[in-house]
This record gives sequence, C-alpha cells and structure tokens, in this order.
Amino acid sequence: MDLMLGKNKKSTKDKDDGKIELWVEKYRPKNMDEVSSQEEVVKVLRKTMETKNLPHLLFYGPPGTGKTSTILALARELYGPELMKSRVLELNASDDRGIDVIREKVKNFSRLAVSQNTNGNSSCPPYKIVILDEADSMTNDAQTALRRTMEISSKVTRFCLICNYVSRIIDPLTSRCAKFRFKSLGKESMKSRLEEICKCENIPYTDEALNELINVSEGDMRKSITYLQSASQLSKIEGSLTPNMVFELAGVIPNEIVDQVINVWVKGTSDEKMTMANNIILSGYSVSKLLLQINKRLVENVEFSSKIKCYMVKYLGKAEKALVEGADEKLQLLSLLYSEIHS
Amino acid sequence: MLWVDKYRPNSLEKLDYHENITKQLKALTQLNDFPHIIFYGPPGAGKKTRINCVLKELFGSGVEKMKTIQKEYQTPSGRKIDLNLVVSNYHIELNPGQVTTQDRVIIQNVIKEIAQTQQIDSTAQKRFKVVLLNEADHLSKDAQHALRRTMEKYSANLRLILCCDNTSKIISPIQSRCLLLRISAPEEKDIVNILNQVASKEGIKLPQKFAYTIANKSNRNLRRALLMLETARVQQYPFSEDQNVILPDWEVYIKNLTNMILQEQSPERALQVRGKLYELITHCIPPTLIIKTLAIELAQNVDNQLKGRIFQEAAKYEANLQKGNKAIFHIEAFVIKVMAIYKKYIIDMTKF
Ligand SMILES: Nc1ncnc2c1ncn2[C@@H]1O[C@H](COP(=O)(O)OP(=O)(O)OP(=O)(O)O)[C@@H](O)[C@H]1O
Ligand SMILES: Nc1ncnc2c1ncn2[C@@H]1O[C@H](COP(=O)(O)OP(=O)(O)OP(=O)(O)O)[C@@H](O)[C@H]1O
Ligand SMILES: [Mg+2]
Ligand SMILES: [Mg+2]
Repeated sequence: MDLMLGKNKKSTKDKDDGKIELWVEKYRPKNMDEVSSQEEVVKVLRKTMETKNLPHLLFYGPPGTGKTSTILALARELYGPELMKSRVLELNASDDRGIDVIREKVKNFSRLAVSQNTNGNSSCPPYKIVILDEADSMTNDAQTALRRTMEISSKVTRFCLICNYVSRIIDPLTSRCAKFRFKSLGKESMKSRLEEICKCENIPYTDEALNELINVSEGDMRKSITYLQSASQLSKIEGSLTPNMVFELAGVIPNEIVDQVINVWVKGTSDEKMTMANNIILSGYSVSKLLLQINKRLVENVEFSSKIKCYMVKYLGKAEKALVEGADEKLQLLSLLYSEIHS
Repeated sequence: MLWVDKYRPNSLEKLDYHENITKQLKALTQLNDFPHIIFYGPPGAGKKTRINCVLKELFGSGVEKMKTIQKEYQTPSGRKIDLNLVVSNYHIELNPGQVTTQDRVIIQNVIKEIAQTQQIDSTAQKRFKVVLLNEADHLSKDAQHALRRTMEKYSANLRLILCCDNTSKIISPIQSRCLLLRISAPEEKDIVNILNQVASKEGIKLPQKFAYTIANKSNRNLRRALLMLETARVQQYPFSEDQNVILPDWEVYIKNLTNMILQEQSPERALQVRGKLYELITHCIPPTLIIKTLAIELAQNVDNQLKGRIFQEAAKYEANLQKGNKAIFHIEAFVIKVMAIYKKYIIDMTKF
C-alpha cells in the first residue's frame, strides 16, 4: 500500500504550486492492482487481458466503487499513458449520445484504428476501446442503435459499458458483454485506503472517527474520500477529526431525532405529529434519508412487536417509493406519521 | 430596494445565525482544495445568501460584478435555445427552471465551456471557476447524469455549487461527489433578532410582541418574515403590539377555499372550487404547494380522527400529480375525495 501511494507524496510537499486538487482524483487508482476490494473482478479481467482477445465489457455496481477507475487503469495498462489518448474513446453522460452521434463518433474513431501502427510495441493490442460511461442514462433507442454499431465495428473496437443499474441496459446489449459486478467496498479495505491517505496528507485522526466515516459512506469509496478531505479542513480549526464532524458532513440524522420520530409516529398526539413533521422539514433533513434511518433503527428496536414493525416497514416502503417518483417530502412524511398502526 | 435585498449580508463575517456553518465555510475557503458543495434546506433559510458570501470569500468583490449575457445553444434535433446567463469573471449562475425540458443540453454546453477555459484572471486567488446551479432539485435526471463525469474530469478548473430545498431529488452519484451542507431554517429567536436589527437600521420602533408574532407566522422563513415586516410598515405605523400580520394573497385564498369545502359538499360546490383552483394555477402557484397548503389547512379545521385520512389522500394525489401532466385534475380529485370523506363523517355523526 505504502508503495502505491508513494508517488503521490511528492505533490503534497510542493503544495504552493497553487494546484487545486480533489483527493478523490489525486488518489484515483493508477493501475488495476491499486483498485481496492474488487479482487475478483481484477483477477478475471487480468486473465482476459492475457488472452489478447478482450470481449466487450459491462461494469455495473453502486457509485464510487471503482468502475471508471478500473477501465481507465486497464486501458493504461494495455496501451500505456501516451498511446491511450488515441486508442481510447470515452463517452459519458455529459457527451451528446443521441443515436446518430454515437454511430458517427464510433465509426470515425474505429476507422482510424487500422491505419495506426503500434510504435513497435508488439504487446499492444490490435483493437481500440470505446468506454460508454454512465450508460444507464442512455435512452433505449440509443442503446438499440448501439447494438448495431457494436457489431459493425467489433473487429477493431471493444466496448466497455459502465452503469449503476444493469437493469437499465437492454438485454441485447448485456448479452453481448462479459459482465462484472462491482460490489460496495468492505469496511476493512476502505479503512486501509483511508489510513494511507491520512498518512500521506498528515491528518491526525482517531480510529473512532475513521470508523464513523466508513459507516456513513456505505461502501462508497468516493464518498468517504470526499468527506475525509472536507473533514480534514475542518479538523484544522477544531484540532482533530471527530465522529460528530463526520455525522454533520454526511448529513446523517442524529439517532435521538430518529427515535423521536418513531415515538411520535407510534404514540404521538395529532399535534405532536404536525409539529414533528414541520420541524423535520424546517431542519432541512432529507425525508428519504430519514426513512432509511428509521428502517435501520427499527431492526434494532426491541420495544415494538414484530407485527407493529411490519406495518411500519410497509408504510416506509410506500413513502420511499413515492419520494423516488418525485412526491413532496412534507406530505409523505405527514401521511406516514398519521398512518394507523394496529397493534 | 426591498428590505430582503437591502439588508442581505454580503460577507461571511456579516452572516447571522448558524455560526458553526459559517466557521466551516470559512475554513473550506482558506485552502486550495475547495470541494463541490450541495447547499440544502427549506425556502428562506438563507442558502443563497450564504453561497454569495462564499463566492466573495473565494474570489473577492470582483465576483459581485455580474452581467447578463445572451447565449444560443442548439439541441441535437437542431432546435435553438436562447438563454440568459448571469456571469462574473469567476462564476456563472444557472437557473434550470428557465429551460426545464432541455436542461441537459444547456448543462452539457455551459459546463464544458467553462470547464475547458482556465481562469483568465491570473491574479485570481483560485484557479477554478464556479458553476452555481440554483434549484438543482429541479434538474432532470438526464441533466444530473451529465454532470457526473464532468465533475471529475474537469475538477482542476471547475467547482460546482448546487442549491436546493432538499436532496431527495439529487441522484446519489452526484451526492457522492459533493460535500452536503444542510442549512436549517433559523429559529424564531434568530428571526426576531434580525427583524430587530432591520427595524433599528430603518429607525422604526418594533414592539417585541409583534416581532414574535411575525416570526411565528413566517413559519421560520426569514425572507417571508422580512417581507411581512415591510408590508406591515406600509399598512400601519407606528406598530401596535397586537397588529395583524398580513398573509400573502394566495394563502388567504386557500384558507377561503378550505372553508368552502368544509361548508358544503356538493357537485355545485366542487365546480366552484374548481374555478378557484384554476385561478391559483394561472397565478403560477405551484400545484404541489396548493395541495399541501390545502391539506394542512383542512386538517387544522377537522376532528383529529379525520386528519390522517386527509394527509393520506393528499400524499396520494400529490404523488399522482408528479407522474401526470394535468395538475388540476389531481388537485380536483383530492378535493372531491375530501368532500366525500367529510360528508360521510358528518352523516355518521348525526346518526348517533
Ligand atoms: N475500489 C476502489 N479502490 C480505490 N479507490 C476507489 C475505489 N473505488 C472508488 N475509489 C475512489 O473513488 C473515486 C471514484 O471512483 P470511480 O470513478 O472509479 O467510481 P465509479 O464506480 O465509476 O462511480 P460512479 O458510478 O459514481 O461513476 C476514485 O477516484 C477513487 O479515489
Ligand atoms: N445569515 C443571514 N443573516 C441575516 N439575514 C439573512 C441571512 N441569510 C439570509 N438572510 C435574509 O433572508 C433572505 C432570504 O435568504 P435567501 O434568499 O438566502 O434564502 P434561500 O434559502 O436561498 O431561500 P429560497 O430557497 O427560497 O430561495 C435574504 O434576502 C436576506 O435578507
Ligand atoms: Mg464512474
Ligand atoms: Mg434562494
């Protein structure tokens, strides 16, 4: 670990070059072995790379688990940092990816492939890579068109589709790809990565604070690094990194408040419910986050019967669904708190 | 100039309340590595004011020299969109509300443009420019997805600041790329404090009881409180302790609607209510706000056992409204449902 982050150390020393850096970028894995916690994926990918016949790839999994980093690292390993620029086409959701645009761009890109020589590098693969990052935000029509494009250009081009939700990619595409699932990062690997960064950046921390940071990040490595960077700035005024700082940064609702909400929901008077809903909204807490936290809290709860909990979970699910579909937070919360729970 | 603008604090030092957040913001602006930030919290909590103070701290007073420029963008289908952008040398402000259906195209273009240009002012304290997205929760999912990789790729030249009421509608990959800063509504005592400051700067006498009444009626919305104070000043001065606080027109209107619904439940009445609803919608009161205010007003005027039903129906019809495209239908359906529930309740009551 120390070795791999070693090269970053230099840039922290000559800090006054005025360069602004986000740690998430600074500590983005530079090669595939630096990708934490996705050993299975990396192992299989390495095997496939050896065969010289890379299939089309599909990476999927939650945010901040290393999908984009892995494909960039793979490309770098295949082509080296220089050749990579001409051999890899990255199209993400910030690019225009209408049907025609994709067809045109990919066509132009792969046409050039054949004519380019490999600079005498014999290990350099004879194909180019098109990365379609955030592919789940492509329309179905665009995806359908892509299917054809993939076929036509597959001699010289490999595609890598990346998404959070594999269900949003149409079947004809997924079935053409080797699929790789990126899982949320385990606590241990997050911790060792964060500890490394703390060391490189000279941040005093407590074990407790790091653990909280990991808890609130829910397996999202990017999130944990983003929080770490902000928290470290705050810790410079307040001494060292503390759990409370982490909570506030992560927008976690304190357990006391979650418990109060649960109590008012089950036993509160009508007035108490109204006041509670008002306070939650005026405090700016996210109701969807609140629902999740109530759910977690209920699992640990021993006071209520499982029947009551069953009702509660059902109502939570209903409100959560409505919120995802864009419903108003306050009305959903009111409706939840006023729902009848039969004991 | 309205008092809300006249007395808007313009530097971190001058911000009242939430001192802790102010301290955090100060710390964040000190160093080179300023994160992408989402400011979230209820209306009138002071998000925008705080953001402006942060920008000034980052770039100095040059950031206040804003101008409006006209831009033309083209959609993939060839349609042209005209857009007025508010820009300074250091930042650019976007209001997605202006362009709802094509916001993705706008976001793609504006952000790439700004991200690819380095800060031209070499004396600038920061190398990056800021793109401020107001009402970020109104951005379409498409537009939000368009931000994801851009935020990473151009992080050397670009920082995003998102401002929104709540984070529920911000997709999680974006949240994962930002620092979340919650700006809760000021407490009533904070509001009273600010009302007093404004009164003293204006040289007017403000009875404390009246100040508290305003703070209370504002529902902890500072902008609303300041507007109420200014309206009251026009209405009647010197103030009396028990002076009435004037509510916004549309709220009074909805209160009347509530009475109409509870007084009589009949097809004729439903028709009259419908006319009033149309009136509200043509005055650009957002449908969600109408149904929410109506539900809360109704609940306050019926027996306890009916409140739950009313909120459940309101929640249901409001959720439907989000999916459909004729808001009035869903509000009307809600009203008719409430009439039915209320009528049945009254009949059942009189049976015994
Ligand atoms: N497995 C990992 N090992 C080490 N660092 C990681 C890992 N996953 C994420 N990170 C950190 O998080 C940052 C973002 O990761 P990456 O862009 O690969 O995520 P992603 O899976 O593509 O997420 P999204 O779905 O949001 O696009 C990286 O720059 C790196 O700092
Ligand atoms: N910290 C503060 N101290 C004193 N006055 C403030 C402060 N913050 C805001 N105000 C006053 O409150 C008014 C409303 O604030 P602001 O416009 O920032 O709210 P907002 O949270 O952006 O609301 P909305 O979401 O409705 O746009 C401002 O015009 C200003 O006069
Ligand atoms: Mg990614
Ligand atoms: Mg505002």
